[in-house]
Amino acid sequence: MDKLTFNHLLGIKSLKISDIKLIFETATHFKEIINRPIKKVPSLRDITIANLFFENSTRTKISFELAQKRLGSDIINFSSSSSSLKKGESLIDTVNNILAMKVDMIVLRHPSPGSSLLLSEYTNSCIINAGDGANEHPTQGLLDSFSLNEKLGDLKNKNILIVGDILHSRVALSNIYTLNMLGANVKLSCPLSLIPKDIENLNVSIETDIVKALQWCDAANVLRVQKERMSKSYFPNDREYSMLFGLNIDKINKIKKDIIILHPGPINRGVEITSDIVESNNSIILDQVENGVAIRMAVIYLLASKMNFSIN
Amino acid sequence: MIIMSKKILLDSKKIDIILKRLVCQLVENHKDFKNTVLIGLQPRGVFLVKRILEVLNIDFPHLRINNGILDYTFFRDDFRRTSKTISANITSINFTIENKKIVLIDDVLFTGRSVKSAMASIDSYGRPKSIELLVLVDRRYKREIPIEANYFGVKIDTFKGDTVNVIWDDNSKNNIIYIEN
Repeated sequence: MDKLTFNHLLGIKSLKISDIKLIFETATHFKEIINRPIKKVPSLRDITIANLFFENSTRTKISFELAQKRLGSDIINFSSSSSSLKKGESLIDTVNNILAMKVDMIVLRHPSPGSSLLLSEYTNSCIINAGDGANEHPTQGLLDSFSLNEKLGDLKNKNILIVGDILHSRVALSNIYTLNMLGANVKLSCPLSLIPKDIENLNVSIETDIVKALQWCDAANVLRVQKERMSKSYFPNDREYSMLFGLNIDKINKIKKDIIILHPGPINRGVEITSDIVESNNSIILDQVENGVAIRMAVIYLLASKMNFSIN
Repeated sequence: MIIMSKKILLDSKKIDIILKRLVCQLVENHKDFKNTVLIGLQPRGVFLVKRILEVLNIDFPHLRINNGILDYTFFRDDFRRTSKTISANITSINFTIENKKIVLIDDVLFTGRSVKSAMASIDSYGRPKSIELLVLVDRRYKREIPIEANYFGVKIDTFKGDTVNVIWDDNSKNNIIYIEN
């Protein structure tokens, strides 16, 4: 099997196209495995993984944990709210203490952008970024493109729209990097107040008329408004946001074509998307959840394959 | 200087005779194949199971046989222990194996570790009634674990460093098995 070109998954930005293809190919095999009556392989039975979550998470944490269990690894879960961080311990000290217990790999979610990179420089363990502030969420970017790839085939020249809070979204950035690498055309649609400065440099276009943007696209990835990251108000109220940028059946009916709908979750029904769209045949939201486990299994497996076994 | 030598073990004609004999042995033991499934092991066993099904179809056209292919990459016991590149392949088993008689099919039986991994992998589809092994070439005295074939084409003795290559031709006329040192 080809090897990944990196030893830590810190972000999509540092990946090569060959890495993405290898991850997708491996995830396809793991997807077959997780649909067997017994969904487990013993590959990582001698690997211990620590899931360090310094921010709240439901699906990413469960998805990583399930992926690790399906691969046969031992896992420990750490949550900042019940840790010695409350007593003033630094991130590096906390992690080094955990690593001293012979942990081989760390999955890190942290509110500070660059925290995974910092950890990879100060520890000997393999690091997987599960979301670092508004920077990147690489496994989400990978699983979104993998899900699109399943529905649309080769993403080269396909039109993919990202709607929502781009400014505070790590999912948006990882999606943009992945889709660019796979040759898709990427358009963003949201209030201009939620567009990061100089985002056009990432080879994306902007369309503030959501119906025009939907008309253009083959698939729309709808992102949540991340109020917990907002220090000020970026739009008047939820109702206005929903009217202008929320996906509903009226807007979909206007474009008179079928488009694929994605959402990384958690969903605020009635704000960025209505229930009828979430539950429509065009929605692949639950496929994303299933593919998330397969993609994370692939990433963990391929990174582990670079760690040589030794008996000491 | 390394000198590579090749010794032809079986040509197309001999392989055809062996395939017919193996098919007869399978039919003798499994009769109507109602509760039997043939599973080719990736990557090389897939060619052999295809050939066996072709012979079965010609000589016993009334038989309907469930068959599939199995990749056992994620069940291998040398993960992180080898510098060799290990590629996963497609698995296709679209039926239940619970309480079925399984015949695993591979081209060469060497150390037995691949078969061990395949048996661990097949367990993830359920509990079969029995598992048998069919191979074209049995490299005897080279086993690292106690696994033997129920059906074999030829048993051969090889030296350390030998490789046994099975080449399948598309039209079956130039199939060949040779030993390379």
